[in-house]
Amino acid sequence: MTSGRNMTATSAVAYAARLAQVDVVAAYPITPQTRIIEAISKFVADGEMKAQFVQVESEHSALAATIAASSNGVRAFTATSSQGLLYMHEMMHWAASARVPIVMANVNRAVAPPWNIYGDHQDAISQRDTGWLQLFAETNQHALDMTLQAFRVAEDPRVQLPVMVNLDGFTLSHTYEQVVVPEADVVGRFLPPRPPVDWLDVGHPRTINGVVSPEHYIQFRALQKDAARRALAVIAEVGDEFAKQFGRDSGGLLSLEQVEDAEVIFVVLGSAASTIRSMVRAWRALGRRVGVVSVRSYRPFPDVELAEAVAGARAVVVWDRAYSFGCGGPLAAEVRSALYGRNVAPVVLGAVGGFGGAPIGPAELEKALEWADAAMLGRPVPLETWFGVKAYRDGRVPDGN
Amino acid sequence: MATRETPFVMPGNSSCAGCGAVLIARLVTEAIGPNQIMVIPACCMGAVATSFPKATFNVPVLRTAFASTASFLTGLEASAKAKGQDVTLVGFAGDGATVDIGLAALSGAIERGHSFVYVCYDNEGYMNTGFQRSGSTPRGAQTSTTPGGVLSRYKTEVRKDIAKIVAAHGIPYLATASPAYPADLRRKVERAVAVKGPAFLHIMSPCPLGWGFPSAQSVQLARTAVESGLWKLYELDHGVLRLSLAPKKRKAVREFFAPQSRFAHLTNDVYEGLQAEVDGEWATIEKEGFSLRCETARA
Repeated sequence: MTSGRNMTATSAVAYAARLAQVDVVAAYPITPQTRIIEAISKFVADGEMKAQFVQVESEHSALAATIAASSNGVRAFTATSSQGLLYMHEMMHWAASARVPIVMANVNRAVAPPWNIYGDHQDAISQRDTGWLQLFAETNQHALDMTLQAFRVAEDPRVQLPVMVNLDGFTLSHTYEQVVVPEADVVGRFLPPRPPVDWLDVGHPRTINGVVSPEHYIQFRALQKDAARRALAVIAEVGDEFAKQFGRDSGGLLSLEQVEDAEVIFVVLGSAASTIRSMVRAWRALGRRVGVVSVRSYRPFPDVELAEAVAGARAVVVWDRAYSFGCGGPLAAEVRSALYGRNVAPVVLGAVGGFGGAPIGPAELEKALEWADAAMLGRPVPLETWFGVKAYRDGRVPDGN
Repeated sequence: MATRETPFVMPGNSSCAGCGAVLIARLVTEAIGPNQIMVIPACCMGAVATSFPKATFNVPVLRTAFASTASFLTGLEASAKAKGQDVTLVGFAGDGATVDIGLAALSGAIERGHSFVYVCYDNEGYMNTGFQRSGSTPRGAQTSTTPGGVLSRYKTEVRKDIAKIVAAHGIPYLATASPAYPADLRRKVERAVAVKGPAFLHIMSPCPLGWGFPSAQSVQLARTAVESGLWKLYELDHGVLRLSLAPKKRKAVREFFAPQSRFAHLTNDVYEGLQAEVDGEWATIEKEGFSLRCETARA
């Protein structure tokens, strides 16, 4: 076993930015992202990293500055969280549509009000349709490894899209784990410098991001759609190459554990997958056939691969740490959609919870398995359950509980 | 590629006849030369000069969102430093993009000291969206969102003085300019390029459609604004404030306001009051010298 250093996921991301030899970092501080930019600014101050670090006056400007830098051909990085990500929203669309290969770490945190600094995925999921690719880290090691892989994917000529690496606030950002920091020369072979671009060449002036007519507008969107779809193969390929070179499986589209013969399969994003993995091992020891799918690439969404992975189960529990109000859990909806049209498909149960740092622990998972068992026996069960919600003050019980 | 002999602003853009902003853009880009990258946000120039498949500017243009001119300049400067690239970075933005939605980004970029030339061409409102009020619209102006009616009386608030706001940052170089004084404007642009750190140019940009005057009179109206003492030409160079021009015999302020339909409702009383204000300011300037306490371009 390779020995690592004890560090948080935010430190791991800062090491990744250093190893990726990013040229420009523009960012604005927000809990729980701050450790990333503190560590980077210290690397720069100590001469260990050559980047231009600019602490700007808002997240809107942080992403705007990153986009401009990337448009001028350099490797650019930023990091944010929650309200900061929401404040970037206009420039989120801009970055993807301008096809700049930025990488951003998003330390997942709940969205206000009421104010809450702890983890859930509402921030990331609310940016789902901006055109960014979104990867989800399960461990601190993933946070480092995925950031390196993200640059490879973003800058691939087949893709040319920005990539967001999600890491759960506090669960990963403020928790120490052993992280292997690879050697710079090895990383240099995996991630060579960004290929040059000449968008802003004064010798050959162009006007970038101008006004277009309706007939041209859809052409741009179609190119973007194709690139995002092509990213599925690129993410898988880069993940395989990383595994070969570094001996760790920390990328790709999906991570499957014990799904082949499973009756019940859990599907989840981010660090909760680790908890579910340990529960699966415990259930297996009791003879239960349970498996788990950790969705590492949320965008592009590996619908075919995911449907293949879960189609043989009798019940699938999709755990959403975000919600589309008036509709349901976003990931659950997408899993159902991926299974559409199959002759035989498992029942898909939408588990909702783990908001604002609330636990997805053994108690919640045991309850979810009982629910899946009831569904398999054909008992009438709700298709969605919110976990951790108490009765309201007037004694009413929330719908779906 | 543009040279001093070939056009920096090429024919075929869709600006209105008599557009002050396109004239300013020509003067500014020519003064800077070919080694520049322009950032243009949502504003008239973004709308009229960047329509695919035409390109108006013969220099690289990076369009950005409304609030992001100065943050794009920030990112470009950082990338130019990283690459060891020597290029003049120019922000070319309207008053809405500067004094309203883009003010925080502008303030941040100036405070951080990045090297760029930020040009605010001020047509005193949101002109390409149909003449709505901005923070730079002068008091008394009729706009499509200060239309005047039984219960309201046009714009009642005094405009923000963006040059003074910028000056409060301790910016290395700041100047006001007018397209009616091209030699003065050109000299100020060249100084702005030469200065290390941020430079800001506030340029009056007459808008025939929005202000309501005949399109042939743009330059004349800009000249009258200066000659009447309403639009003061000055520069602030590393803390040294200089008035660029003191009109010997000032024209009546009425000559600036009267040709514009947005001020058609102004009465003799108002004109007399405005004239007294401007006369008072210039009396103070003559007595105590020019300072940034003086108001600019009142209505």
